[in-house]
Amino acid sequence: MDWTIIIFKTILLFIILVVTLVVALYSTYGERKVAAFMQDRRGPNRAGPFGLLQPFADGLKMLMKEEIIPLTANKRLFILGPSIAMTTALLTGVVIPWGGTFTIGGQEFSLQIADLNIGILYVFAMVSIGVYGIMIGGWASNNKYALLGAIRAASQMISYELAMGMSIVALVLTTGSLSLHDIVTQQHGGHWNIFYQPLGFLIFITCSFAETNRAPFDLPECETELIGGYHTEYSSMKLGFYLFAEYINMFISSAVITTLYFGGYNMPFMDQLGLSPNAVTLLGTAFFFLKIFGMIFLFMWIRWTLPRFRYDQLMNLGWKGLIPLSIFNIIATGVYYFFTELK
Amino acid sequence: MIFLFYMLSAIMIICALAVVFSKNPINNVIYLIVCFIAMAGHYILLNAQFLAVVHIIVYTGAIMVLFLFVIMLLNLNKAIILRKSKVTRITAVITGGIFFLVLVAATRQTFEIHPRYPFASDIGLLTQIGKVLFSEFLLPFEMSSILFISAMVGAIMFGKKDEH
Repeated sequence: MDWTIIIFKTILLFIILVVTLVVALYSTYGERKVAAFMQDRRGPNRAGPFGLLQPFADGLKMLMKEEIIPLTANKRLFILGPSIAMTTALLTGVVIPWGGTFTIGGQEFSLQIADLNIGILYVFAMVSIGVYGIMIGGWASNNKYALLGAIRAASQMISYELAMGMSIVALVLTTGSLSLHDIVTQQHGGHWNIFYQPLGFLIFITCSFAETNRAPFDLPECETELIGGYHTEYSSMKLGFYLFAEYINMFISSAVITTLYFGGYNMPFMDQLGLSPNAVTLLGTAFFFLKIFGMIFLFMWIRWTLPRFRYDQLMNLGWKGLIPLSIFNIIATGVYYFFTELK
Repeated sequence: MIFLFYMLSAIMIICALAVVFSKNPINNVIYLIVCFIAMAGHYILLNAQFLAVVHIIVYTGAIMVLFLFVIMLLNLNKAIILRKSKVTRITAVITGGIFFLVLVAATRQTFEIHPRYPFASDIGLLTQIGKVLFSEFLLPFEMSSILFISAMVGAIMFGKKDEH
């Protein structure tokens, strides 16, 4: 491979890492502001103008707090838990196409770090490893509330992964590719997949709420029953890592949903503006982030609107509702393409 | 590449040994997970990305989670030391030794087999696997899916509460 490409990809990797962290940092602020708006309050407004420095103050607080590892906890696994959660959350951003291609000096630089031909499956693999962060952390705490939270998280994530995977099968039937790059380029010109796969989209987004452990599916950390769920025993930055990983997951899921169903970095009138390709790429990336923020807002909106599910309701919805629906979606898509291809 | 191969192999072998020798069941499961991830790395070295990812999703992401689940629920927290009688141990060693002999003989045979196809570096990629599975190996593929369905039905039958 060319040296310039390697250097470019390394720089891109760092930029995406920093952007992911900053977006996750400000999602905590956004969440509190949205919650305040929904509940007719003001939200954080003390640190800096409009409380904009609040996330940094919170981060500093997390870092400065005393580090406690319970005596009866399994020390190594106790530390391993949050590390896995954070690492897998950050690894997923690698396959997402953050923008089109830049042409500098006759050479093309793609704003996607790795264009794997199994891109979407890679995301699934990372999500499925992410379960261990919660499970190991919850078990190593040696606390029954933490263990209950961990077990709930694991069973919830396994159940919803199935429906999520099957909603993707229908999507792959329409696009004919697992590569996220191909999926985005096919949606060029307003052919967003949400118009072709509305049911698949609904299933996918429901499952992503469950996968990111967010309300209305936040049973693993349900405060009223389990104190704090799997991170009851955690303090200081290890707790910070768990909380932060949740926000990173939310950002990445929003990016994945946008990529799969809302055309990724494609925007309306992309070809009619008459701008240079590089400018279009930049605008496309900006538009992509706009869509992601819209999706993050949807996540927060739902969290502060809907009450939490009961555990049996959650399992019934997953196994008896979403999985049959997604199978129906696959069959319907297959039949449709079978008859249209025959013509 | 060679360096990566040896590193992955070393991780795999060390973790596999640790699975056998470690006394704490939770540690056993975690070593096995690391072993599986290293194995996925081997698939990637062979340019079989699809296999690697499916291996991680199915084995690491689903099956091992269930293992961990069961062990956590049973709360096998303490190390278990199995005490078996002398006769059992001697029988175990002999059967294990014979099995190993068969294994060595079998693997020796495979080295003499010439591959039917010339080595293609894209054989592990998605489109190639799809084409081969749905043309040449269609019958075994469908057979295995029937097997899976029967296993699923069996599991539901076992799990069903007796209504009578």
